[in-house]
Amino acid sequence: MKEETTARILRTLPREKAFYFFTSIGNYTGESAISFKEFMNKINEVSVKSLEFHLYRGDFEKWIAETLEDPELTSEIESLRNQNYSGTALKEQLYNILTKHYEKIISKF
Amino acid sequence: MKVKNSALTLDATDLEILEALQNDARQTYTAIGKRLGIAHSTVYDRIKRMEQYGVIEKYTAIIDTDKIGAKNITALMTVFTDPKESERVAEKLCEAPQVLEVYTSLSEELLIIAKVVAESQESLHTFIANSVAPLPGVLRIRTSIVTKKFKEARFSMVNDPKS
Repeated sequence: MKEETTARILRTLPREKAFYFFTSIGNYTGESAISFKEFMNKINEVSVKSLEFHLYRGDFEKWIAETLEDPELTSEIESLRNQNYSGTALKEQLYNILTKHYEKIISKF
Repeated sequence: MKVKNSALTLDATDLEILEALQNDARQTYTAIGKRLGIAHSTVYDRIKRMEQYGVIEKYTAIIDTDKIGAKNITALMTVFTDPKESERVAEKLCEAPQVLEVYTSLSEELLIIAKVVAESQESLHTFIANSVAPLPGVLRIRTSIVTKKFKEARFSMVNDPKS
């Protein structure tokens, strides 16, 4: 992965491009993430309900693809979505994917 | 009963004219005058005066959206805000065409209540996620989608609780 690509994935975003965690249509939890690192950390803080809501709507993939512009992570999340995890198992799987990916890109930076 | 509006004092006849207009704003001055037992010129003068003073803001049409095939959904959105930012958040909400009404309220926390319309649940969510949640000072949002409307009316002289 090029340094430029890594820097783009790890950059701090403007507020309007942050990821906003909801639990259902129109119900915003008050949690948001303005960077990949913050997004990864928030996965452990927000409710499982919020994670299920966003994963199965494809919101995580969309944000990672369009805002972070990270196609590799996008396909990993897509793959997770197809495994139909729920509850804490989903939270653990999602967090593992994100931390592994984060460590991988950080190590090459 | 007398009502004062800035420089204009409304008497019982004015209020009766307003009530008549709220029932049917297209009726003639003659019809209103006949019903109230006053000359149509008096009705005309009083209506013009109330228009000039802004007591009567405008005449509009109430449309049954179901009958024109508009498949909109309505939601009541409660926005919890940082008290320092609530005015600004309310003003920003007022700018959005999807937002029909905006109120601030103080219960345990300062909050904004807004009535929102959208074409679908998805477009409602997109609006809230992209345009409301990112506003500085928004702490969290609770949204209730309206499933059935039992009553919707504007303030009317007829249903004024004081009368």
